[in-house]
Amino acid sequence: MNLQSNDFEIFGLSPAFALDRQALDERWKDLQRQAHPDRHASADAATQRQAMQWSVRINEAYQRLKDPIKRAAYLCELNGAPIQAENNTAMPADFLMQQMEWREALEEASGVADLERMADDVADARRQRLAQVQRCADEQRDFAAVAQQVRALMFVERFARDVENRLEQLGQ
Amino acid sequence: MALLQISEPGQSLDPHQRRVAVGIDLGTTHSLVASVRHGVAECLPDEQGRVILPSVVRYLDPAQGGSGRQIGFDALAAQVSDPANTISSVKRLMGRRRAQVGDVDKLSYTVVDEQGMAQVRTVAGLKTPMEVSAEILATLRFRAEDTFNDDLYGAVITVPAYFDDAQRQATKDAAQLAGINVLRLINEPTAAAIAYGLDNGSEGVYAIYDLGGGTFDISILRLTRGVFEVMATGGDSALGGDDYDQALAAWVLAQQGLSEAADAGERAALHKEARRVKEALSNAGSAVFQAQVAGRPIEQAVTVADFEACTAALTSRTMSAVRKALRDAGVGKDEVQGVVMVGGSTRMPVVRRAVGEFFGRDPLVNLNPDEVVALGAAIQANALAGNSRDGDLLLLDVIPLSLGIETMGGLVERIVPRNTAIPTALAQDFTTYQDGQTALALHVVQGERDLVADCRSLARFTLRGIPPMAAGAARIRVTFTIDADGLLSVTAKEQVSGVEAKIDVKPAYGLSDDQIAQMLQEGFATAQQDMQARALVEARVDADRLLVATRSALAVDGDLLTEDERQPIDALMQALQTIAAGNDAAAIEAASTALAKGTEGFAAQRMNRGIQQALAGKNIQDV
Repeated sequence: MNLQSNDFEIFGLSPAFALDRQALDERWKDLQRQAHPDRHASADAATQRQAMQWSVRINEAYQRLKDPIKRAAYLCELNGAPIQAENNTAMPADFLMQQMEWREALEEASGVADLERMADDVADARRQRLAQVQRCADEQRDFAAVAQQVRALMFVERFARDVENRLEQLGQ
Repeated sequence: MALLQISEPGQSLDPHQRRVAVGIDLGTTHSLVASVRHGVAECLPDEQGRVILPSVVRYLDPAQGGSGRQIGFDALAAQVSDPANTISSVKRLMGRRRAQVGDVDKLSYTVVDEQGMAQVRTVAGLKTPMEVSAEILATLRFRAEDTFNDDLYGAVITVPAYFDDAQRQATKDAAQLAGINVLRLINEPTAAAIAYGLDNGSEGVYAIYDLGGGTFDISILRLTRGVFEVMATGGDSALGGDDYDQALAAWVLAQQGLSEAADAGERAALHKEARRVKEALSNAGSAVFQAQVAGRPIEQAVTVADFEACTAALTSRTMSAVRKALRDAGVGKDEVQGVVMVGGSTRMPVVRRAVGEFFGRDPLVNLNPDEVVALGAAIQANALAGNSRDGDLLLLDVIPLSLGIETMGGLVERIVPRNTAIPTALAQDFTTYQDGQTALALHVVQGERDLVADCRSLARFTLRGIPPMAAGAARIRVTFTIDADGLLSVTAKEQVSGVEAKIDVKPAYGLSDDQIAQMLQEGFATAQQDMQARALVEARVDADRLLVATRSALAVDGDLLTEDERQPIDALMQALQTIAAGNDAAAIEAASTALAKGTEGFAAQRMNRGIQQALAGKNIQDV
C-alpha cells in the first residue's frame, strides 16, 4: 500500500457500497494515530512531509468513504462508469416527475410545518435511492445504473439544502 | 573563548531531554501562559504571583523618552486617563479591515485602514494589531523563560475556533514578531476539552461553550481513547462579554434619558463600570451603576432581571449558534454527555442558566474558566515538543469555515466545505471562458454564503502562460491545501501545458515575510539579540535534532534499507556531524538539507510500514 492506493485499500476495506460507519470511524482514528503530523512533530523534515501527505490522503479517503453519495460516485469511477454530471444528465425515469412536484411544493410552502414535512419527504426519498444504489452496486454490479442514481441524488441533496435554507430564513 | 562541547558520536543530545514548551491563551481581555511541570499543567504567574496578564498595551509619547510602552496591569490602569493610546481588545482587529470590526466607533482608540488592514493610531505612530499582540506574547514568553531559566523551545497558541484564515495568519505573524516558535495553533474550545478530557478520563460527545471577552465559540467533540475529534464548530467572532458590558451601559444611558457618552474617556469609564456591575451581579441580586456622563454624575440601580432582559438578545444569539453546530455534527442535544463552560463570561449566571436549560443538564464548571484554555494548550505543547510519554493524545480538528473560489457572476464555488477534517487537500478543475485566453485570475473566499460579496475575501492570484486554446479546452486544476494549523495554501496547474501558479494566502491582510524581517530588525521587543549568533545556535540545534531523529529511525527501521541505500545516509550523517562542530551557520543548514533530502525515500518507506501496521490484525472480516 502507498499514497496511490485507492480509498478502500487505504482503509483495508473491500470495495463495496455497504459499509459499517462505526468501523470506518475507528479505522480512520487508527490510521491518523500513525500518520498525523502531530505524531511526528519532533521528527526530521522528510518524515514530517511524509506524515503531512499521508494524513491528507487519509482524510481525503475518509471524507469520500463516509459520505454515501461520494462513496457511490467513487465506486462508479473505479468501475469505469464515471458520473460526469456536467455533460451527462441521464436520470432514472421516475426522477424528473418527482423533482417537478417538489419544486412546485416548495414554491407553495408557506409555513414551518409545510417545510418540515417537505424536509421529511426529501430525507425519505434520499434513503430509498441509497437503498437502490446498494442493490445496483453490491448485488447487480450495474454501475451505469448506480451513476444514474448518483446524478439524481446530487439533485436531491441540492433540493434538501434549499428546503433547509428556507427553514433557516424562517428562524428555525 | 569557551570550549565547544562535543559528545561522542552517536551520543549527542539526549532525545528525551526536556524542552521548554508552553501553551499560550492569547485572549481578547486577558492572556495566560501555562506549562506542564512535574506532569501537571499549571499557569505561570508573574513576579507578583498573578497568572492573568490583561491584554492591554499602552504606547507612550516617544518625546517623553523611556521604554515607550506599558503592557498588562500597568497599561490597564491607564485606560481611563489615556484611552487613545491604550489598546485593549486588539484581538478584534486581528486580520481585519476597519469596516469588518464590529462597533469600531465605540473603541476608545482610533482605528484606521493602512496597508489593507486595520491599524491603531497612537502617539507613537501607527501600530498593527500583530505588533500590539506581539508585545503581549513577548511578555508571556519572557515570563516563561524566567520561570525555567532556559530558552523557550516553542508554544502552542490558541485561537477561537471560528477564526478565519486571515485571523489565524495574523496570530502566527504576531508570534513570529515576538520570537516564538509556533508548534501549533489550536482552537480554544479544543484546548479546553483536552484539559477536561485528560482530567476526567471522559468518553463520548461533549459540547464546549466558550464565551470570552470578545468572541463566542461552540464546538461539538467526540472523545474516544485519547482521540479528540472535532465534529463541528461554530460561533460568532464578534460576540463576547464586552457586548454584555456595552448592552448594559446602553441600557443605563437609556434609563437616564441620555443618548451617549461625551468623549472617549467617559466611554471607557462607562465600559469599566458596566463590567464591574456585571461581575457584581454574578454574586448579588442587584447593584448600583455609578458614572459621570457629560460632566453630570448618574446613578442607576440594576437588578439581575434588568441585566438578563437587556442582554437576552446576546444570549439567544449564542444559543442559535449552538443549535446550528449540533445540526452540523449530526447529533441531538440529548446525545451530549457533558457541556464544558469556558471563558470568563460563562461566570454570568444568566448564561449558565440558559445553557443548562437548553441541554437539560448542569454545565461542567469545575476547572477555572479563565485558565482552562491555557492549560489544555500546555498539555498539547508538551506532547508536540516530545516531552510527553503519554502517546495517546491526538487532536483531529476541522476547518471552521468553507473555502471556495469566485466563478462567473460573483458566485462562490465551494471547494472545501466547513467541518472537513484537517490537514486536507481538495482539487477542483476549472476552464477558460474565451478563445485564446492565456491568463486566469482566481479569487479565494471563505464563508458559507453563495455570493462572493457576502463572503470574506482571502486572496487573489493569477495563473499566467496558459497556451492559447479554444474556450473551455484548458483544464486548470486548483488544489487547496490546509495544514494542521488550519492555514491555507493554494496551487493551480493547467493540466495540458503543465503551467503552475502558487501562492500562500497571506496577501493584503497579513504581513509579508519581508515586512516581518524588517520589523524584527527595527528593534522590536526581541530583536536586540545578535541575529547571527542566534542563527548559528538554531542551525546547530536543528542539525542535532535531525541527527538524533535519523539515528533513532535507523535503529528501528534500518532493516528496510539495502547496504547500498544505507551507505550514502551514513556518509551524509557523518558530514553533518563534522560541519555542525564548525561556526558556519549556512554550511550547517546546507548539510542538514542534504541529509533531509537523502533520507526522503527512507522516510516514505517507514511511513508506509507504519500505516500497514495500523491496519495489521484488522482484516476486512472485522468490518
